[in-house]
Amino acid sequence: MEEVMNSFNFLTAPDVPTAIQLTNNQLSAFIAGGTNLLDLWKYNLVNPTALIDINQLAALSEFRELENGGFRLGAAVKNAETAYHPIIESRYPLLSRAILAGASAQIRNMASNGGNLLQRTRCYYFYDHQVPCNKRIPGSGCPARDGYNRMHAILGASEACIAVFPSDMCVALAALEARINITGGDGERSLAFSDFHRLPGERPDLDNNLKPGELITSIDLPAKGFPLNYSYLKLRDRHSYAFALVSVATALEMDGNTIKEARIALGGVAHKPWRSLEAEEFLREKTACRENFAAAADIILQGAVGLEYNRFKIKLAKNAIIRNGMMAIDPDSQLPGAQPSL
Amino acid sequence: MNTDKNVGRPLSRLEGREKVTGSARYAAEHPLEGVLHGYVVSSPITKGKIVEIDTLEAMAIPGVVDILSHLNRPKLAWFDLQYTDMDAPPGTVFKPLYDENILYNGQPIALVVARDFETARYASTRIVFRYHQEPHQTCLEKHLDKARAPKKGLATALKPPPPPPTGDFENAFENAAVKVSSEYRHGTEHHNPIELFATTTLFQGDGKLTIYDKTQGTINNQLFIANVFGLHYKDVRVLAPFVGGAFGSGLRPQYQLFLCVMAALHLKSNVRVVLDRKQMFSFSHRPPAVQQMRFATDINGRLIALGHSTFAETSNFEDYTEPTSNWSHKLYPAPNTLFEQKVVPLDVYTPMDMRAPGGSTALHAIECTMDELAYKLNIDPLELRLLNYSDVDPSAGKPYTSKALRECYLKAAAKFGWDKRSAEPRSMQRGNKLVGYGMATGIWDAFQFPSRVQIMINSEGKMIVDNATTDIGTGTLTVMTQIAADELGLEMADVEFRYGDSKKPFSMFQGGSAITSSTGVAIVIAARSMRKKLLKKAAEMDGSPFRKAKEEEVVFSSGHIHLKNDPTINISLKDIVAFNKGAAIRTTKMGRPHMLKLRKYSLATHSASFVEVEVDRDLGTITLTRAVTAVAAGKIINPKTAKSQILGSMVWGISKALHEESIMDPHLGKYINANLGEYHIPVHADIGELDVIFADEKDNLINELGTKGVGEIGLVGMPAAISNAIYHATGKRIYRLPVHFDELI
Ligand SMILES: Cc1cc2nc3c(=O)[nH]c(=O)nc-3n(C[C@H](O)[C@H](O)[C@H](O)COP(=O)(O)OP(=O)(O)OC[C@H]3O[C@@H](n4cnc5c(N)ncnc54)[C@H](O)[C@@H]3O)c2cc1C
Ligand code: SF4
Repeated sequence: MEEVMNSFNFLTAPDVPTAIQLTNNQLSAFIAGGTNLLDLWKYNLVNPTALIDINQLAALSEFRELENGGFRLGAAVKNAETAYHPIIESRYPLLSRAILAGASAQIRNMASNGGNLLQRTRCYYFYDHQVPCNKRIPGSGCPARDGYNRMHAILGASEACIAVFPSDMCVALAALEARINITGGDGERSLAFSDFHRLPGERPDLDNNLKPGELITSIDLPAKGFPLNYSYLKLRDRHSYAFALVSVATALEMDGNTIKEARIALGGVAHKPWRSLEAEEFLREKTACRENFAAAADIILQGAVGLEYNRFKIKLAKNAIIRNGMMAIDPDSQLPGAQPSL
Repeated sequence: MNTDKNVGRPLSRLEGREKVTGSARYAAEHPLEGVLHGYVVSSPITKGKIVEIDTLEAMAIPGVVDILSHLNRPKLAWFDLQYTDMDAPPGTVFKPLYDENILYNGQPIALVVARDFETARYASTRIVFRYHQEPHQTCLEKHLDKARAPKKGLATALKPPPPPPTGDFENAFENAAVKVSSEYRHGTEHHNPIELFATTTLFQGDGKLTIYDKTQGTINNQLFIANVFGLHYKDVRVLAPFVGGAFGSGLRPQYQLFLCVMAALHLKSNVRVVLDRKQMFSFSHRPPAVQQMRFATDINGRLIALGHSTFAETSNFEDYTEPTSNWSHKLYPAPNTLFEQKVVPLDVYTPMDMRAPGGSTALHAIECTMDELAYKLNIDPLELRLLNYSDVDPSAGKPYTSKALRECYLKAAAKFGWDKRSAEPRSMQRGNKLVGYGMATGIWDAFQFPSRVQIMINSEGKMIVDNATTDIGTGTLTVMTQIAADELGLEMADVEFRYGDSKKPFSMFQGGSAITSSTGVAIVIAARSMRKKLLKKAAEMDGSPFRKAKEEEVVFSSGHIHLKNDPTINISLKDIVAFNKGAAIRTTKMGRPHMLKLRKYSLATHSASFVEVEVDRDLGTITLTRAVTAVAAGKIINPKTAKSQILGSMVWGISKALHEESIMDPHLGKYINANLGEYHIPVHADIGELDVIFADEKDNLINELGTKGVGEIGLVGMPAAISNAIYHATGKRIYRLPVHFDELI
């Protein structure tokens, strides 16, 4: 069914329960910044008949210190506001860097934290409703596999879909082990970040484990923010305003030159931000040096598969993990825009 | 006579304020009561036939007025006779909604007309088309075996085939001491001006049409519309007061113009048609090309053989060619040459001129091949160019009217600090960054077209200059005002240049960097005649001190005619018009190139680009840190707008080298990144420090102004300079543009 910009209702709600009640049909959609939703609509990928504006919801618009020492980000808060918030800049600078490496200043001013988690893949074929795509129409086929797959996945892909999740912010959130707070018709629940996004498997149409009608209310950052040793590196086809071909978020807790704890998440390589607990464990109590980061990279990239146009990502990811580890040791060396320094 | 008071000054664009405050209206922005909106339906298939169109549901949507397709379109003269536009390549012009055949993906197959744009677009999705699909061929690389010589036609005049072979190329190349044989490749590029293609047609009901169109040629499109729809020329007026970039895409009438006018005539109503960004990828583009290069030198680096064969895409209905194989021999002498230019017809729309067509593609291959030779010879790349420098055009055996390329090389090299380059690849580093220096030469045509200008001096003593040219954002309005003001010794504020209107005297389309020389020269010629007329009138006045004055004895300045030897004796232009009973004094003159005189010469602009890049050793990321381009383009009328042209085209060079490509999926037969999110052009972070130098090139032969045009020359050298810098940084030669950073790790 194709409908470009069908007629629709624009609804507002005074509070979260009302907003949720309004969603009782499949054709409604929450709208935050609209930076992805409107594109999807104009490209004929979604045709909501009701938009529920969540920008007015107080519960979604706040920052809050948490009792456990963590920090809460409202789902409707803008990406730019989040990146420049003094607490984010001082306690979670990795998140700030990752957000500022994404999109453009204008888009970050509109884009919300919740919307960022739910943005859809940038696979060319997915956006063209005139060609097959298993993510759009399950069972229709995947032209990317034999087509131009430069941006596509090297890890965790399935026969059905090789798309990648394009967010930068989420790569940092994965490394920081954020939690996602959700409210739905059945009440509230919270998901670990790693449980939120899915691998494509047989159901590439499902990007994540949010159920229809559920609302993300906020994102909780844990107390530990790795403010001393962190780096976000983003590699792409131009120096700004392009999605990552490979990105790396690295957060280290150091004792002298010894790694006490390491977190490494990759973006642009899989259907979700990619982490390897095994590699992070490997780095524990190791010296922070190229060799050890290289060994960790080999663990992370185990099982990576390249296709005709994205084979380069395997070596690129390895080199990026090494470089980003070295930049994390000396965060002052980072360039704005997450360009490689050193 | 020229006081040069304004010419040569770095003046800001006269229309700048209107543009940046949004009061400048573009083709889709002219307010119009009761205008109907057309939305184009594009073919989702690449080749085949439309078998059925069901518009029942779409027509029932409130607000939908009509749906035009090949089944119900009005009958037109055009469909029977063969009319083409001024820039049409040899072949059969594509006719929108002609019949059921689909020739390429994205082809317009219907126009939905509705009360508003949203309804038209929505209704377009409720039409059901059934197709019979046929296999397509859209991939240049896969179909090189289809290559053949292009057909010849009118357009061949501006785009000559390569010169015939000289000497014995095969033998010379075979036995040469030093030689390079390489293949260079380019992807497809789409013009993508920010202003979308759009037409607003005012249906006046009296048989007359006023059309606001996005175009580079008001008269070209006026003739096209009159021919196609069987109207009188004088009943069709095409206006393009502002053009938001075009880069060649507006040289030919595009299909939205045709569809808009057809709908306006059919529905007897005002109609507007605006394409969307995806549809901006559904017509002209720079063709992908494969270039086979074989250059050879003697042991001292003197070129002895030049071989250049080009295989470029064209459509299955027109043979578009852009000269590429012609260029090396215009720069470098060599006794043995072999040049070939072939087209490969595919199921795509016809390619079209895009900023520096041919030149930017060719010079990349030529100047990278020269770079390869320099390394083989162990000679500095700049040295190699100077060693093979020629003041004459070796391909024609004629001198250039002027050629300050040597000055470009030397000035740009000095400013850049080329002497600090160490010869070995990978020998310069900053931290993890490999630093590379690269240079390349640019050459481009210096065209002049016939152009007609009317000058009027009105009762206020002000000068009004009329010509049909557009200003595609290059600064034409400002530059023409400068030229005109000086010709009659007036202030800029006392001159009004009226343009962008097919009712004004003739101008060719604005392309090939030709308009400054074309309309500018026509202004000079018309002003000459105006000065005569004014002096003659002044002499007729009672007791006039100018009764016996000869032209060379007077000066036009500050709105007056003065006697040279006694400037206190003067008369204002206003008084002369008053004496003419207040009736404006007019003259209309044609400017045209001096064919006879110029037959003995070759005409070209030249440039030299020097570039520094940093390439990350482990990650491959490429950063263009700085670039210097020196340009020899004759007289520079306005250094500020001219510099903007060069800066813009240098950025385009970065784009062509590192970013820009429309990616064709050969299975689907369509471009898959047809949006500005994924069709990458440089952003600020990709553009380093850019420097522009204008060589002091005096050209008394080329035309009355000594101008050559600056729209393209800044682009041609950049892609090769960047590629050569990348080679110098990394030791890796990447033969395909755009270069992807991952190829460097
Ligand atoms: C040209 C371009 C370039 C970009 N480049 C980058 C980049 O480099 N890196 C990057 O990370 N991102 C990039 N983005 C993506 C951008 O970050 C996302 O579009 C943005 O974060 C989405 O947020 P939004 O508030 O606008 O979401 P919307 O468009 O409002 O919503 C997106 C989806 O989420 C749903 N939704 C929104 N909020 C909630 C909620 N609280 N609960 C439940 N459902 C919700 C909506 O219904 C919709 O389905 C780019 C976008 C564009 C257009
Ligand atoms: S990779 Fe996934 S999103 Fe892209 S075409 Fe294949 S199925 Fe669709």
